[in-house]
Amino acid sequence: MGKTLSEKIIARAAGRESVVPDEIVTVEVDVAMIHDSGGPRRYWDTMREMDVGVWDPSKLVVIADHYVPAKDVAAAEILQLTREFVEFYDIPRFHEAEGIAHTVMIEKGYVRPGMLYVGGDSHSLTGGAVGSFTVGMGSTDMLGVVTTGETWLRVPHTIRVVLDGALPRGVAAKDLILTMIGDHTMAGGLYKSLEFHGSGIAAMGIEERSVLSNMCAEIGAKAGIVPADDVTRAYFAERGIDVEPPYPASDPDASFSETWTYRGQEIEPVVARPHRHDDVVPVSSETGTSIDRAYIGACTGAKYEDLAMAAEVLRGRTVAQGVLLQVAPASRAALQKAMETGVAAVLMEAGAHILPTGCGACPGIGTGILGPGEVCISTTSRNAKGRMGSPDSEVYLASPYGVAAAAVAGRIVDPRDLLQEVAA
Amino acid sequence: MIEGTAWKFGDNVDTDVIIPGQYLILPADEAAEHVMAGIRPGFADEVSEGDVIVGGTNFGTGSSRESAPKAIKAAGIEAVVAESFARIFFRNCINVGLAPVECPRASEIEEGQTVRVDVDNGRVEVVDTGEVYEAVPLPEEIADILEAGGLVPTLKERFSS
Ligand code: SF4
Repeated sequence: MGKTLSEKIIARAAGRESVVPDEIVTVEVDVAMIHDSGGPRRYWDTMREMDVGVWDPSKLVVIADHYVPAKDVAAAEILQLTREFVEFYDIPRFHEAEGIAHTVMIEKGYVRPGMLYVGGDSHSLTGGAVGSFTVGMGSTDMLGVVTTGETWLRVPHTIRVVLDGALPRGVAAKDLILTMIGDHTMAGGLYKSLEFHGSGIAAMGIEERSVLSNMCAEIGAKAGIVPADDVTRAYFAERGIDVEPPYPASDPDASFSETWTYRGQEIEPVVARPHRHDDVVPVSSETGTSIDRAYIGACTGAKYEDLAMAAEVLRGRTVAQGVLLQVAPASRAALQKAMETGVAAVLMEAGAHILPTGCGACPGIGTGILGPGEVCISTTSRNAKGRMGSPDSEVYLASPYGVAAAAVAGRIVDPRDLLQEVAA
Repeated sequence: MIEGTAWKFGDNVDTDVIIPGQYLILPADEAAEHVMAGIRPGFADEVSEGDVIVGGTNFGTGSSRESAPKAIKAAGIEAVVAESFARIFFRNCINVGLAPVECPRASEIEEGQTVRVDVDNGRVEVVDTGEVYEAVPLPEEIADILEAGGLVPTLKERFSS
């Protein structure tokens, strides 16, 4: 019986010939990531108490993204402690205010095809966009990883997700993953690994793929993986990193527990309604709902491609009266590219308020959060009550096209209508 | 063996309602006074040491905050029996020493019944009726961590030997 890509990566990391779903194995991780919020401040004391250091500083990446820029003294202290940790253990790969962890891990090539990568954050799954088996964990688990380089894993069953044909204009990976979550609920992929295939996926760039792997967390999955291909190779080649075929892949006769098939042409713009990310409806059912805030941010929705999608809609238009459009780029590299290509100018001219790069309002702890009664449409990944600020605020999740279109109209509209006007 | 009163909750109980964000700043024992504040305010005053939470599917979904299982444990609850768990929550339970018991028929257990939970053998018995529900036994590697009281004591032992 053939093996899935997830099974192969886990077996290699466990030093085993092969593994089967549901068995528990101990793996050695290839790379680990911790950030300012769930990282050193949670367990550095315990490490000192145990008199133990970082298992391998060259395999650990530390990123300060949740509390940058510090909005108060408590945040500044968290950042200080993070820096002290990095200095104390001499960790070479540390990035503060350079971008959101999950975006930076891919941009810098810290996560690569075939790796077993463990991150101290539920959206670490994002790394799966480049063909790595990536899982997210809580802070005590990360204490174990940081001090031993090992952790236990239950080998997941793999669901094969096929996207037949490219997504139409004005429809993004965000619409596909929200559609999947709506169809299968937030628990539909519980403990599973989702492996993405099909011509529609082959046509996507790495950043769009990373929206899929990122939001596999929102369907309960353990991992979301897009096997590496020539697109992955080209992405890394641009960064001076060699990724050569044959790429790590599932065997042709691998056994998948289910197959979910979608036709690219049939995917349409959708929104997830407050306060559940699996309450997903076509944008047409919410057309007319007025909004106060449009937020383009997070690892999910503010990489360069996301900003470019928003600019496509915003070019030559301005934000509606009474609406605040905020853009918090997912990384400095994303903002820099947007400046080079003119995308940033389009956003500015439309009236966007550009926030510093970082998690910002997404987890409700940075800047730009929502007050009571405010209604926001957002490119982020979660809309649980109070996620982006006041428990009395409301968040609709949508693609960058959908958020930009709502910013212009002052209410939820079908972004394809605006894109058509541009074309006409 | 754990024996106590069953407290029932539904599907997709989010860590945000188990311990709302505003209490995250509190130490675990104080946070415990607010456990389940987002779904059943006053819960902490009703439970007794050794009681059991019974949930539906995807228990502990959402943010990976460890304060959720910590607060449940500090409130005196010794086991969470649910049809299924959100995976990070499941791991966090083990790591803080709270038993997560995966029991496919958990929804048949009624509020207020006395339940006896055998974590090692994967059995949940309703004492009032004698009904026994199968649960998924914990694999040895994981049961060992739970038995040691969580991952920190396990690591301490590893590094001291
Ligand atoms: S941007 Fe949001 S989803 Fe991404 S890492 Fe930060 S808090 Fe998490």
